[in-house]
Amino acid sequence: MKILVCVKRVPAPGSKINVTPDGRGVDAANLGYTMSPHEECAVEAAAQLIEQHGGEATVLTLGAPEAVEQVRYGVSVGAQRAVLLATTDDDWDPQRTAQAIASAIDELESVDGTFDLILFGNESADSGGFQVGIRVAHALGRPMVNGAKGLSLGDRFANVEREADAGRETYSLPLPAVVGIKEGINLPRYPTMKGRLASKKVEISTMQASGEIGGLAKITLRQPPERKSETIVLGNGPEAASAVVDILEELGVL
Amino acid sequence: MPAVTLVIIEHDRGAISPATFEALTAARSLGADIQALTIGAAADRLAAELAPYGVNIVHQVHDDVLSDYGPEAWGEVVAQAVRALSPTFVLAAGTDRGNEVMAQAAARLDLPFSANCIEFRDGDKFEMTRIRWGGSLLEDASLTADIKLVTVAHHAVEAAFADAHGPADAIELKVSLDASLGRSIVKGRVEREAGVTLSTSPIVVGGGRGVGSADGFASLEALANELGGVVGCSRAVTNNGWRSHTAQVGQTGTRIAPDVYFACGISGAIQHWVGAMASKNIIAINTDKDANMVTKAGYAVIGDLHQVVPAITEEIRRRRS
Repeated sequence: MKILVCVKRVPAPGSKINVTPDGRGVDAANLGYTMSPHEECAVEAAAQLIEQHGGEATVLTLGAPEAVEQVRYGVSVGAQRAVLLATTDDDWDPQRTAQAIASAIDELESVDGTFDLILFGNESADSGGFQVGIRVAHALGRPMVNGAKGLSLGDRFANVEREADAGRETYSLPLPAVVGIKEGINLPRYPTMKGRLASKKVEISTMQASGEIGGLAKITLRQPPERKSETIVLGNGPEAASAVVDILEELGVL
Repeated sequence: MPAVTLVIIEHDRGAISPATFEALTAARSLGADIQALTIGAAADRLAAELAPYGVNIVHQVHDDVLSDYGPEAWGEVVAQAVRALSPTFVLAAGTDRGNEVMAQAAARLDLPFSANCIEFRDGDKFEMTRIRWGGSLLEDASLTADIKLVTVAHHAVEAAFADAHGPADAIELKVSLDASLGRSIVKGRVEREAGVTLSTSPIVVGGGRGVGSADGFASLEALANELGGVVGCSRAVTNNGWRSHTAQVGQTGTRIAPDVYFACGISGAIQHWVGAMASKNIIAINTDKDANMVTKAGYAVIGDLHQVVPAITEEIRRRRS
């Protein structure tokens, strides 16, 4: 079993996300960086499948050289190999990103064989484009389902579960396949001492990211209008219950 | 020929998703002739339901492959419909399915796609505001393409009928689908118990770290039951394993828009806030009067939720009896 997990380095969100003075990026000075949350779950899913079925998981990221921190983290929580698709500029729209990842996968597979499963996060935390994994799957000609809250492997199939308004849907994708993982599928493990050591020692395969700029262009980032609310304190402790129910009656929900 | 906006009608075996009506409402702001696309025979009876939103033509697609939802099959249908109809704009709801189908279509058409927009500005350039970080940040962006593929963020627009409208004509649109697209069609289902869902419930009782344990949710369940609502939670709760992720409100969970949101023992980190901010009224219950959630809420009770929540439930029962 060969699994590839594509992850993204994103600022770690706090109580407010500040924009840089030029409006082009997030000021992460007080935030630090992390792996996008859905992708943390994707790495965990890969680690569990490798434990069950044997094989090898590779973590890949496209980003600035610092993003090597996130692929190393992936190794510390269960992946065996790490790939950095290094970028030298910031204009990585979804089409360009997908093109670069798809051609890197072609290159990796031409050397080491096909990945049975390629995992993405449902969407990246920072840009929320909802499309890179799907574009990569299409470029590779493989089936893809996003939003997976359950994933298991059968004989030559990936069984995917996801939530919908009407309940849980199941899909059965012939391998090789691509799956977008959603938070909630598992609780990602913390790095172990052994994992940390492996992540320090792992050799990072570095490739140059390359793709053509697409049609979606960021102009500026800004804060949403602040919700101005004069909070009305209805009281302290259980004695406030009567005032709360008065409000519910006023709002017509009783 | 006037410009056409093609709206993809998201439906589950013939039932239109509520977010689709928001996308139809947003479509009218683009000023083009509004046409709809329904996929699969199960959606054939929807024209009358779509007409009040200003839809003039409903293009209906039928194929054996389209027995149920499938991201690749639906994406291919949208791609073929776009080639056949040459719309200027293509809209769908910014839901799991809507974003997925539009991304599949965009990949097949080699076109850019902008997800989860809240506003459009069509001038020299087609520009939009879209949400990032689940709504904690806004992005002004431009989309450069002859055909603009976009989705409309859920709860960004309130669904409303058009001021005036005629009937919607249903016409069949021929497509040619390869049987291999059946590989990603829904294969089975575990139906949910009937009842309101978190994303559409008029009352949500949410619990955070302050609830303290899985058992601590019993009083929140009781209040939700009393009001016909559902229980939600913050990410700290799911990370502790107290509730299933299905109940999580926030950036990586569900976006809610109830009439009343009870935020019990929730500090209000941005992660959670973005999922709750579309609530019409918020009643925060927290021991900390300076908690983010308290300062953002319209109403607050300062106190221990384990005493306050049962007292509210009891007071409701007392007044009803």
